[in-house]
Amino acid sequence: MDTKDKTYTVVDAPEGYAGQGFFATTLDKAVGLARKNSLWPLPFATSCCGIEFMATMGAHYDLGRFGAERLSFSPRQADLLMVMGTIAKKMAPVVQQIYEQMAEPRWVIAVGACASSGGIFDTYSVLQGIDKVVPVDVYVPGCPPRPEQIIDGFMKIQELVGNEPLRRRYSPEYKEMLESYGIKIDK
Amino acid sequence: MEYSKLIEELKLKFEKQIVSVEEGADVPTLTVASDVIKAVIDFLKNKQNFIFLTDLCGIHYPEQEKELGVIYHLHNLVENKRIRLKTFVTKENPQIDSIVSLFSGANWMERETFDFYGIIFVGHPNLIRILNVEYMDYYPMRKEYPLEDATRSDKDDRFFGR
Repeated sequence: MDTKDKTYTVVDAPEGYAGQGFFATTLDKAVGLARKNSLWPLPFATSCCGIEFMATMGAHYDLGRFGAERLSFSPRQADLLMVMGTIAKKMAPVVQQIYEQMAEPRWVIAVGACASSGGIFDTYSVLQGIDKVVPVDVYVPGCPPRPEQIIDGFMKIQELVGNEPLRRRYSPEYKEMLESYGIKIDK
Repeated sequence: MEYSKLIEELKLKFEKQIVSVEEGADVPTLTVASDVIKAVIDFLKNKQNFIFLTDLCGIHYPEQEKELGVIYHLHNLVENKRIRLKTFVTKENPQIDSIVSLFSGANWMERETFDFYGIIFVGHPNLIRILNVEYMDYYPMRKEYPLEDATRSDKDDRFFGR
């Protein structure tokens, strides 16, 4: 096959005006495009969903195709907190602290039944979903979910990131929402 | 029975306080009154060579008058003999003497038993929760709660076919 004629599209351009030598779009869309294709996830893996995530990062499923091959093991540089697995009540303050340490803008994905709702562990020691301590953007069902489902959840996050208005994080509603979780607000 | 001599000696020393003796297929089980449990363990450790505390745990029998219990497993490493001790207290006054002064290994086991059953070990150096969250205000292993969290708001019975 002749590769000379093959055109490569890395990502689709957002809505805008294209002309001879220029392309104009809104700042929101340009920033969203950059952000969504270079998300740095912070894996918070506590059990079997974490194993599925390892497969998701591996060569076969390769989350790198979506611009997320750079995992951040420090919350300071991470954009996306991926909580995968059962969160015991004793672990809840740790999850919240990690969320607080992440810089804005930040997103959260709850992977699997346990992170989303406590799953089968309907018991005194297990947090019934991480949304009791941090706001969650996307929930991935499954026990554990397949890598395809995790990728689907990740693409939903990308959709949110790409369409987020730049002012959202400064809105009083957003601050109120964080306060309702008892999360310290970045000044 | 290889344990008959030991049980005779125990009966001689703690006659009134021994509630029952069971010599089953494995090791003898003695149920003793809660006020002498420490003295019995002291005697077994220092006079009978039961120098190893295999395990210490709590139990709850809601149908009994003395609902809460503690079970001790001791091991005589010299003669390779084992013994099981049980003692029961009421839920209203769940106090048992701590045996940390005899076995340091009892420290965390007594904390765990306190954590899950609310049994108070008198004389324990640091009787605080060990496994559960600090703010928990109940004892989860007592048989007085429904199996599922009754306050849950996120799990609707309809979705679980109940």
